[in-house]
Amino acid sequence: MSEPASEPFRPRVVPVGDSAVLLELGETIDPLINAAVLALDAEIRSLELEGVIELVPTYRSLLVHYDPERIDGRVLLARLSKLDLEHPGTPPEGRLWTVPVAYGGEFGIDLEAVARRHGLRAEEVVQLHTGPTYRVYMVGFVPGFTYLGGLDPRLYTPRLDDPRPRTPAGSVSIGGIQAGIASLEIPSGWHLLGRTPVRTFDPERTPPLLLEPGDRVRFVPIDPATFDELDRRAAAHDPLIAPEPA
Amino acid sequence: MIDPTPSLLVERCGPLVTVQDVGRFGYQRFGVTPAGPMDPWAWRLAVRLVGAAGNDAGLELGPGGLVLRVEAERARLAFAGAERALAVDGRPFPWWSVLGLVRSQRVEIGPALRGVWSYVAIAGGLGLSPVMGSLATHTLTRLGGLEGRALRAGDRLPLTDSEIGAGLPDLALAAPPPEPEGPIRVVLGPQEAWFGKAGIATLLEGTWRVSPRSDRMGYRLEGPRIEHARSPNIVSDGIVMGAIQVPGSGQPIVLMADRQSTGGYPKIATVIGADIGRLAQVGVGGAIRFRAVTFEEALQARAEARARLEAALAGLEPVACSGRLDAGFLLSVNLVSGVTAGEP
Repeated sequence: MSEPASEPFRPRVVPVGDSAVLLELGETIDPLINAAVLALDAEIRSLELEGVIELVPTYRSLLVHYDPERIDGRVLLARLSKLDLEHPGTPPEGRLWTVPVAYGGEFGIDLEAVARRHGLRAEEVVQLHTGPTYRVYMVGFVPGFTYLGGLDPRLYTPRLDDPRPRTPAGSVSIGGIQAGIASLEIPSGWHLLGRTPVRTFDPERTPPLLLEPGDRVRFVPIDPATFDELDRRAAAHDPLIAPEPA
Repeated sequence: MIDPTPSLLVERCGPLVTVQDVGRFGYQRFGVTPAGPMDPWAWRLAVRLVGAAGNDAGLELGPGGLVLRVEAERARLAFAGAERALAVDGRPFPWWSVLGLVRSQRVEIGPALRGVWSYVAIAGGLGLSPVMGSLATHTLTRLGGLEGRALRAGDRLPLTDSEIGAGLPDLALAAPPPEPEGPIRVVLGPQEAWFGKAGIATLLEGTWRVSPRSDRMGYRLEGPRIEHARSPNIVSDGIVMGAIQVPGSGQPIVLMADRQSTGGYPKIATVIGADIGRLAQVGVGGAIRFRAVTFEEALQARAEARARLEAALAGLEPVACSGRLDAGFLLSVNLVSGVTAGEP
């Protein structure tokens, strides 16, 4: 069971220029810190503060963008510095998404190399990658790129020394201690294990984005024929997956 | 055959002309960049000149020119930002103006005379489909505007209302909006602790050149190497427009309108809102110096920038030359006395 959520916490609150306030809770990747970030995110959103435009939760900090034409930055800074917060403790279980992945071959050109590097067979890498339930720590860099924590330590793999200028949209990859799902074709130094037909971002779909920080993700292997079938549906803006509630 | 949809036809177009509005907010938590104008003050001036009816989508021009043809009964356009030559059907008009146009008139906008970014605001905005609530173009992710891309010759920009602005006068600013002089002002942080005193001194004492590798995403600056006191990598966090991140190379990058939503390099300082447009208008090869101010001074500078905008708008006066071939109007402003010399 989770520990009692009673530990108070106090973020470092600093102005960022004159249009944002940063609330920093740590400098590392840690589910407790991330849970506190998301608790802070929920708390501040619930206040519906005049002039606050949007909040950007990350691994370990929360950026509050505000409209300086609508609120005095000093007032907002003072308000955010005085928040009375309790640490949520162990993060609550978020919504659970099951993401289909075609592993290896043309879908995951690094699967064999990752297997060799760790003295494993490709199927064992797939087993280790589909084993955990991952936590979505943040979505960023480009729309829908999903940063996951919870990778099996047997798969920790340093990033490529020379990042590839282009990697396919939908790539399911690992980099260092992290795992990720790419929404778009992007440059990346992560190792490509497979591809999902799911578009984590599709501007012509409602909703355009699927996964949120705090959500959970599991991967399930699919064969190339299933990938092709699902990919056709996704191209027609079918989200393919729906979350199980928390 | 005239296209039945009221629109502006792009006849000629330099690179980097995009549809922009205030920006796409509310989705940075999903990695979606706001985009929006590079010089928010110039954009605001253009929008205020044209009035706020409809959506506020307009065009942002890079350093090159643009020629538009009016394919609507009427259109009302305002011009602001980097100064350019402006002509309607070959007749010159003052920049920083708002003009009523009629069908088949041709609006020629020259390249930027100084500065980089200019704005054409359109009364009623554009009849394009918003993406996540905004028409701002983000070309890297092909979002917004016209097919998520920069404009090119042959594009048609649908207008929302071809009768808007009927009967309103042509107006121009009495004087160009004044710009503050001196270094670009920054508030230090949020990760100034990643740099020693020496690193901060290098930022504030150096002279920086805007690299040719700059774009709407970020302005790369070249100058002395900024030393890190700690690792040049942080666990990624959020980014604002104007954030000055310093990667391992020690050469700073000022993140601009098309910035990524989050980043993993420490940010030594943040350009204040009052000066972000001034920075954006420094072209490639231009020199930049920085000066640190307090948060309170940044807010004061913003109030002053707002006051300058209002003062510029208060100085609106009728344009001394009309784009319409109306003999009575031309006579009234005494522009055609030579032509009418045959009269008694």
